[in-house]
Amino acid sequence: MTQKFRLENGGLINRDKKLSFKFNGKTYYGYEGDTLASALIANGVHLVGRSFKYHRPRGFFGAGVDEPYAIVQLYRNNETEPNIKATEQELFEGLEAKSVNCWPSVNFDIGAINNFLKIFLPAGFYYKTFMWPKSFWYRVYEPFIRKAAGLGVASTKHDKERYEHKYEYCDLLIAGSGPSGLASAYAAAKNGARVILAEDKPRFGGSLLTSDVNIGNQSGEDWANSIISELKEMPNVVVKNRSQVFGYYDHNMLVMSEKVSDHLPKTKKHHPKQRLWYIRAKEVLISSGSIERPIVFGNNDTPGVMLSSAAKEYLKVYGVLVGKNPLVFTNNDSGYETAIEFNKNGINPIILDSRVNPQSEIIDEAINLGIKIKFSHVVVAAHGYKKVSSADIAKISDDKKQLGTIENIKCDCICVSGFWTPTIHLASQSGNKTKFKEEIDAFVPGTSKQNETTLGAANGIFTLEETLKDSFMAGQDLSKKITNKDNKISFPTVVEKKSSQHDKFWCVPLPKGKSYKRFLDFQNDVAVSDIEIALKEGYRSIEHVKRYTTLGMATDQGKTSNLNGLQLVSDIENKVVPAVGHTTFRPPYTPISIGAIVGREVGKHSKPTRKSPMHSWHEKNNAVFVDAGVWLRPRYYKQGNENLFEASKREAKNVRTNVGVCDVTTLGKIDIKGPDAAELLNRVYTNAWLKLPVGKARYGVMLREDGIVMDDGTTTRISENHYHMTTTTAQAANVLSHLEYYLQLVWPELNVNVVSTTEQWAGAAIAGPKSRKLLEKLFPNNNVSNEGLPFMGYMESELFGVKARIFRISFSGELAYEVNVESAYGQFMWEKIIELGQEFQVQPYGTEALSTLRIEMGHVAGSELDGRTISYDTSLEGLISKKKDFIGKRSLNREAFTSSDRQKIVGVVPLDKKTSIPEGSHLVKDAQAPLPNKKLGHISASCWSVEHDNPFSLAILKDGKNMIGEKLFVMSPLKNKVIPVEIVSSHYVDPKGERVRS
Amino acid sequence: MLHIKCPYCGMRSQNEFSYGGDASVKRPELNKEIPDEEWDNFVYNRKSLRGKHLELWQHLFGCRQWIKVERDTATHEIFNTYKADEEIS
Repeated sequence: MTQKFRLENGGLINRDKKLSFKFNGKTYYGYEGDTLASALIANGVHLVGRSFKYHRPRGFFGAGVDEPYAIVQLYRNNETEPNIKATEQELFEGLEAKSVNCWPSVNFDIGAINNFLKIFLPAGFYYKTFMWPKSFWYRVYEPFIRKAAGLGVASTKHDKERYEHKYEYCDLLIAGSGPSGLASAYAAAKNGARVILAEDKPRFGGSLLTSDVNIGNQSGEDWANSIISELKEMPNVVVKNRSQVFGYYDHNMLVMSEKVSDHLPKTKKHHPKQRLWYIRAKEVLISSGSIERPIVFGNNDTPGVMLSSAAKEYLKVYGVLVGKNPLVFTNNDSGYETAIEFNKNGINPIILDSRVNPQSEIIDEAINLGIKIKFSHVVVAAHGYKKVSSADIAKISDDKKQLGTIENIKCDCICVSGFWTPTIHLASQSGNKTKFKEEIDAFVPGTSKQNETTLGAANGIFTLEETLKDSFMAGQDLSKKITNKDNKISFPTVVEKKSSQHDKFWCVPLPKGKSYKRFLDFQNDVAVSDIEIALKEGYRSIEHVKRYTTLGMATDQGKTSNLNGLQLVSDIENKVVPAVGHTTFRPPYTPISIGAIVGREVGKHSKPTRKSPMHSWHEKNNAVFVDAGVWLRPRYYKQGNENLFEASKREAKNVRTNVGVCDVTTLGKIDIKGPDAAELLNRVYTNAWLKLPVGKARYGVMLREDGIVMDDGTTTRISENHYHMTTTTAQAANVLSHLEYYLQLVWPELNVNVVSTTEQWAGAAIAGPKSRKLLEKLFPNNNVSNEGLPFMGYMESELFGVKARIFRISFSGELAYEVNVESAYGQFMWEKIIELGQEFQVQPYGTEALSTLRIEMGHVAGSELDGRTISYDTSLEGLISKKKDFIGKRSLNREAFTSSDRQKIVGVVPLDKKTSIPEGSHLVKDAQAPLPNKKLGHISASCWSVEHDNPFSLAILKDGKNMIGEKLFVMSPLKNKVIPVEIVSSHYVDPKGERVRS
Repeated sequence: MLHIKCPYCGMRSQNEFSYGGDASVKRPELNKEIPDEEWDNFVYNRKSLRGKHLELWQHLFGCRQWIKVERDTATHEIFNTYKADEEIS
């Protein structure tokens, strides 16, 4: 294929490097430096997609981020990405793209029948039609609409690309590298400020690349290049292309998406695909420029109708003609620049200018070049299905209401300019209250809320000289305040053509008897008639009109449609545009990939993994791990072909008959020191703490102020003013914050320090009837007899030369100890326990056996202390001191907390002693009762009791105290189970607690 | 993301802090008989005001100090930050 629409020379592309690419399966060629859009246009391809609602043919409308039409499915390096704008995607060798929203093909699309049904698809069509009957929505309407609508298909494969996040601080962040961005960056950089200059396109320079101006003695483009090369050399400046500043958040934090590798066939090794920058800037300069807005006329969505600035950009940057027989339709001087550019390349355009008799330098130039100009003329409608082939044009009356005789002229493209809309998104996101500027018929930033300044076209200033002056000054002044340096820069002479006033005209009236669709929003197919209907139906607020008609709601977020939409609403309502107001600008300015937002926090990196010092031993010994918060804990140690059930039963059984060892390093540990430490504990726990002797541990329960149990654990008095507190694994961080809250804010008079020592100590629980024998072997020099180290006793010792703490505490209900050593010796301790325990048949046990042991003992854990239970519910009311006040005590006399049939923990055993009870099941009186069947309680934890060899569960049951011996039913609709059960005491093993004291 | 000045550590990003609610709430003294209403106000009732709000934040991933932050709940402007025991004028 030849590139029929490529000029012989010109443009900023690299003609030495030809690239091949595929579009809809067909191979084409372009050049390095092309976008997919410019390369397709060079090959004469103008049909790239179908519209969202009516499936009308879609071509190219813009040349950048504002593009509403040319959205493609991209294929790169065996991956696919939807919703890529062809106008932004740079061409690379081997690129493949396909049209979206069309079936079976872009040339023959069945959905286009909607185009002929369009009178039946007015604004709010979906709301009106598919609401009834209600049950049809999920089953019939929604799947159908989903299939018919939508843009592109997301990949279901794992994304192998890497995305990075980066945090950066700077003095000045400058968004946009057009004239204002370059000038302000240069001035600020010369004053030594730390500057980040961001440009969303691959090339720096913005409008300077396409406008016919001189700065100093250089062309605009050369000047831009010289400034950029100088900035790149400066150590205090970061210059980034392909980087879109898309969000302006609180406290001057902006987020920028850098497309590091999207323009390459394949991401380089060790490079990310994209990088998200979180930038905290002292000052922000918004130099985001402006976007040309269309004039609305009949069939103005036909491929070949495009913005005049885009046509000029394709010519000047890419050396590509959007057509060989162009019509330029304008209400201002910008259209003339495009026409002159066509003329320079041997093409003869016709200009239709809605103005009566405008005069300016550039118009004179066009006249002198012999370009045909028709004043007071407009395009009434475009004709042609897949590309413009002709246009109906007519003279328009001075009041813009009457059309003259309609004449049809041949053309292959219509370049439209309806003047310029400043890109105020970032300023508005920062909280700036925008204002309407009458002279340019558009909103501009008003009073700054954060440290932001908007410059140049984004601020509604369209002359180069004024833009440069403002921007040099802004860069200089703002940096001076930060760096205290003041380098004067001589202002260059600027040569530019003066423009005349634009015409406020924006919408061509319909000729009598014609009902052409006149589109406002090109991506969502919102036409003038849709807005009219919405207003007729009573929608007034622009926010409601937007949502009802979907104006400005597509992936381009109405960059080319919003202002015309406001014009229309204000015309119909007989209001001025500022009285209608604009919808809220929200980040992101342009779609950002999910990958970039997530960054490196994927898979196992989504959260940190904490491992105990004994982890590698567990791994070597076939531990199967489970996530416990961020910790990895052994769930069970697999022997042979055992499954979870068999292994945990074996491990638990071994604890009950011999001795087991469990890694309890993950328990929260808090070191508490100070003369008032006992007083703090006394206020934090529900039981009494003032008389706990040194060398003794005590179990305690702490409440929240609302009386709900917060956490439990043992605390040991190490010495006079020194305590060691343990918390559950899950609540460790919360408990520490809780203590700090009371010490710092509520009772600052208490002289106590708290610090987390969770990671400083490795812990091993040694449990079982033979645990004392094992302990004797581990600590041969200590008296660990029942008298020497009684239940809840504490002792410091040495484990073969390693400092160790021994606590006689039990979670399993067996005679048990917990040994702590410094983390570095954790593995040493563990191996010693295993080695010396061989003669007592020691076995490691995991969290599953740990749960089994505590459940059948009736010890509560996280599943009972679930943020809804009080001490009474979990049978911990015996630990409530009547003599002293503590956190949450005042809440305990609430009516609900003291009612006589209050819920309480009970044990549950299936009548057949065989059927396992699913956790979370409900307890009911009558399994056959009609729905809603009254729930009496729920199963909080289930196990297979190794003591009794049958299933056993704990439940929180209404009036549990008086329910022992009752027969109820456990129901699990989720697992489709109904199990008859008996309610028993929650202490299913050793109810008198003799073993722990033996 | 807010930028909060910890009185001990300086300007830090919001993600180092955790929010702790209204700083003007005073816990009733221990061992003091108080009516239910006063206790309910302490435990449950909070104003959800628009505008200047004195609130608690803890510098969780920093010095772990609880600090007071005077912030506008509508605009997120932070007027001042204080140490827990600092007098607020």
